[in-house]
Parts: sequence; C-alpha cells; structure tokens
Amino acid sequence: MKYLSLAPLGAVALALASMTSVHAQQKSVAVTAIVEHPALDAVRDGVQAALKDAGFEAGKNLKWQYQSAQGNTGTAAQIARKFIGDKPDAIVAIATPSAQAVIAATKAVPVVFSAVTDPVAAKLLASWEPGKGNVTGVSDLLALDKQMDLVKQVVPGAKRVGIVYNPGEANSMVVVKQLQKLLPTLGLTLVEAAAPRSVDVSSAARSLVGKVDVIYTSTDNNVVSAYEALVKVGQDAKIPLVAADTDSVKRGAVAAYGINYRDLGEQTGRMVARILKGEKPGDIKPEVSTKMELFVNPGAAQRQGAKLSDALVKSAAQVIQ
Amino acid sequence: MSLFSFLGAIEIGLIFSLVALGVFISFRLLRFPDLTVDGSFPLGGAVCAILISTGTNPWLATLAATAAGAAAGMVTGWLNVKLKIMDLLASILMMIALYSVNLRIMGGPNVPLINDATLFTMLQPEGMADYVARPLILALIVLIAKLAMDWFFSTERGLAIRATGSNARMARAQGVNTGGMILLGMAVSNGLVGLGGALFVQTQGGSDISMGIGTIVIGLAAVIVGESLLPSRRIIYATLAVVLGAIVYRFFIAAALNSDFIGLKAQDLNLVTAVLVTVALVIPQLKQKLSQRKPR
Repeated sequence: MKYLSLAPLGAVALALASMTSVHAQQKSVAVTAIVEHPALDAVRDGVQAALKDAGFEAGKNLKWQYQSAQGNTGTAAQIARKFIGDKPDAIVAIATPSAQAVIAATKAVPVVFSAVTDPVAAKLLASWEPGKGNVTGVSDLLALDKQMDLVKQVVPGAKRVGIVYNPGEANSMVVVKQLQKLLPTLGLTLVEAAAPRSVDVSSAARSLVGKVDVIYTSTDNNVVSAYEALVKVGQDAKIPLVAADTDSVKRGAVAAYGINYRDLGEQTGRMVARILKGEKPGDIKPEVSTKMELFVNPGAAQRQGAKLSDALVKSAAQVIQ
Repeated sequence: MSLFSFLGAIEIGLIFSLVALGVFISFRLLRFPDLTVDGSFPLGGAVCAILISTGTNPWLATLAATAAGAAAGMVTGWLNVKLKIMDLLASILMMIALYSVNLRIMGGPNVPLINDATLFTMLQPEGMADYVARPLILALIVLIAKLAMDWFFSTERGLAIRATGSNARMARAQGVNTGGMILLGMAVSNGLVGLGGALFVQTQGGSDISMGIGTIVIGLAAVIVGESLLPSRRIIYATLAVVLGAIVYRFFIAAALNSDFIGLKAQDLNLVTAVLVTVALVIPQLKQKLSQRKPR
C-alpha cells in the first residue's frame, strides 16, 4: 500500500525534474497578434524564419507559441496575462492593440513589438532612442517623402492627391496627419475620403472622382481588403492608383514603394535573437523597416490613364505584367 | 495555468461582469434586446481615456464615463419609446452611431494610457504587486455595484422597471410610467457597461476603437452561463450568478488558450470557447434528464 501511494508522487517528481532540466537549456518566445491577417501573419512567419537562421529553431531548441486575439481586445488582454505568466524570454506583440495590452501588463518581461506605425504616439516607447525599459521593436512607418516622390513620378503633373482610409485605424490616421503637413510643402493638396468599413471603399473612391489627379493609399486594412473596388473606380475614371504595399500592385495598383511584411518580420526576428542571446531590450534602438521595394504594373497604368517612364520601370524590383 | 494568467482571467472577468450586469438588466429585467453595449463599452473607455490623458482626476473620469454610458442607453430608450423605433433596431442605430462618436471623442482610433495615473495606480497598496491589487480593487467595485443593484431593484422604482419588463400592459394598468421605466432601466444598464469600459482602459493600457467588437456576445454569454450555474429568480442570487458567469467565461478562454497540447491552434480559440460554453450550458440539462430517468 505504501509503495502504491508513493509511486505516483515519485513519477510526478521525476516528470517535474525532467521538465525543468529541459527548460533550462531551451529559450522561449511567445508571439501574439490582434487578428489573423496576411500582412500580420507574414510578420509572424518572418520572425520565426529569422530566429531559425540565428540558431533558434521552433520545436527543437526554441519553445514557440503563437496566439491571435481574433480581433477582440478583451482576449488580447487575457493573452497578454497568459504570456507574462508563462515567463518567456521574449514576447513579440504584433500591431498596436496587442502591443499596448502586453506593455501595460509587464515592466519585466522583454517585449518586442512589430508592425506598429507610431510606437511613440502609442506610448509603447518614450522616444525613438533606446529606453531603459523592457520594450523595443520595429515600426512599419513609411517614409512618406519617398512615397510622394513615387506619386510624382507616376503622375508628373499631379496637383491634387486623394487618399481613401479608415478613420478608425490608428496607423492610417498617423499617415493622414503626416500627409496633411507634408503635401503643401511639395506643392500638392490632399483630398480625404473616409471608408469606415470595407464596403465603403468603393463609394469613398467614387467621391474623389473629378477632385483628384491620383489616389494614394496607405496600408489601411479596409482599403487593402477591398482594393479591387478601388481599381474599378481608378479604371472607370482614369485616376492612377499608387499603393503602399507591394501586394496591391498585383491586384491593380500602378505602383507601390512598399514594405515587405515578411522582411519586417525577419528584421523583428533578428532583434528577438539578440535578446535571446542576452542583450537587454532597453539597450536596443527601435528600428523602422529597412527594406523597401518598388513594384510597378504597366498594364494597370495604361488602363488608368498613366504612362510609366522607362527609368521607373527599370528601377523596379518587380514588374507585374 | 500560471498565477499571473489565473489572476488576469479574474481581473478581466470582473470587468466584464459589469457589462454582464448591464446586459442582465436590459435583456432579462426589461426584456429589451439591447446591442447599444457594443458602442457604450468603448464609449466609456473613450471618455475615460481622453479625460485621464488630458489630466483629469481618474475618479472623475470614471464617473464621467459611467454617465456617458447612461446617456447613450437613454438615447436608445428614447428612440424606442418616443420615436417608436423597434427596440432591436433602435439599439443597432445607437451602436453604429457611437462608433463615429467614439472616434470624435478620442480624436483618433487609439488613446494610450500606459504611463498615466489610473484608479488602480492610485488605490494600489504599497508593497502589493499590481497584478494582485487590480483584481482586489475590481472585486470591491463589482461588489458595490452588485449590492447597489440588488437594493435598487427592490425599491418601488426598481420593481416598476421589473414589472415593465415582465408585463408592460399590466404595469401600465397599475399606474407605472412604462416609457420612463424603459429609459431609466436602459440608463442604469448602459451606465454599468460604460463603467466597465472605463475600468477596462485603465487596466489594459489604453482605449482602442476596436474594443467594442463582440461585447454584447461576451455579456450575454456571461449572463446565460451564470444562469445555468446558479438558477434563481431572486435578484440577489441572479446578480451573483451573472458575476460568476462573467468570471467563468474568462476561465473558458484561459483554458482555450492553453489547449495547444491537444493539437488545437491559435485560430481555433473562438471555436474552443464556444464549445466550452455549450458544454457548460448542456450539463445542467443532462443532469436533469439523468435524474428523471432514475426510478423513485
């Protein structure tokens, strides 16, 4: 009887001992995103790939876990608590609401954010300099002066630039506010059209017909998910479309000088690897996307009444036929 | 489950129990299918976040958020009572209108509160970790709200609201101003939801326009889970059941988040939560059936 009652206890103790010994040499990374979305998923996969290149392979010597809040901020908060309780070596938080939930809940566990456009405005960081805290990360901020250079190259005589965006998206508002300041200095005017839902994109674009020479769009989630509606308006009214993400060029934008979110994820992953190797997040300077790629679509240009210069087509990383 | 995620589930459950109490008033006491909640929860959050970030005292900000929620509920009631718009439609109109209102209030889609003083940083006893202090403070707030509700719904006015919900024609015959009672009940209901929103933004690092999505589903699920855990017609037990339901619902999500060991993935989270809630709802029925089969 005595042996019988002690045996399970012994087994449990053995299991615990073996678990701790495995965990001692294993690093762990917990990744969360506010929602499943092609760009955000590409960031996650990029992080995993970069960690593998740095010698941390998920399932082998790296404990990798991923949770999506499926669009619900309450769930995002709970995922944050779970991750902090699991005490991983680093938490990767993708997009603003997830990053805020994690950073509000811990001042100790290292946090690397990604795909946040303005981490300072979102109070994830006090400034763009390395902080003392537990937070660093990679922003998907677009260098808007370069974006506007592209707009001018696509439509050389452009005076009025239209933008379709969701006023409920933090990242888009950052872009619109910066454009309001930037465009007058370039001799351009901004005409805004709000699309609070994906189904509003078409009517918002139509409201710009006759008022603009070119339509520029940022990486706004509503616009990107309904990009075909924008293409239809662009073709019917002969207004060239310039996008900020390269995928939209395949779907009918004339050109985009954009961020590749897979590369953004890999950049984030390299930062995570530095933390796993012992660096403190407070010593790592927050970064912006380093890799920008030009995609052009001459066929779409013709349909939307624009002509791309040979120099521009030649400088493109990819030409969509 | 770690202590941190355990206390986190309790904390978020307590916040959503205020939402669930609000939903209980509209759906159960008033029998008013009210979707305003998806707008009044972020409304409370928006008002509280913008006030705190511009330097208002957190107590005052929380109070203002509660009042804003109550006002939103009253407008829904007014649309229904005075303009004769169908109850469900009135609440949907209010819900979509509040999306724009919230954007206006916040001046953008996101107001962070990460380093600002909140109700919780002010009340946190020295030497106690924040993840322990927050659930304790919330438990106190929820207890006060629950007791206040128990008291209110046993006063003459509270009973008139309940009478309006269970049989409006009879209530009118007894001289109850049913229109006024719907307005009052909706105000109390959405006031609680607004308070929940205010407390949510103060614990979660800020207000985001997307925070309202699915609030009504969570609130209603909490009410129903609570009713199946602790079925009672008496108001003091009914409100207790609702609070328990909201916390249990969070434990379902915590369990779903820990379900990766049986091959479930992140994208299955909502499904796992739904299955767990379904199981919780079916168990009492199964028990009943089993006990009926037994020979007496």
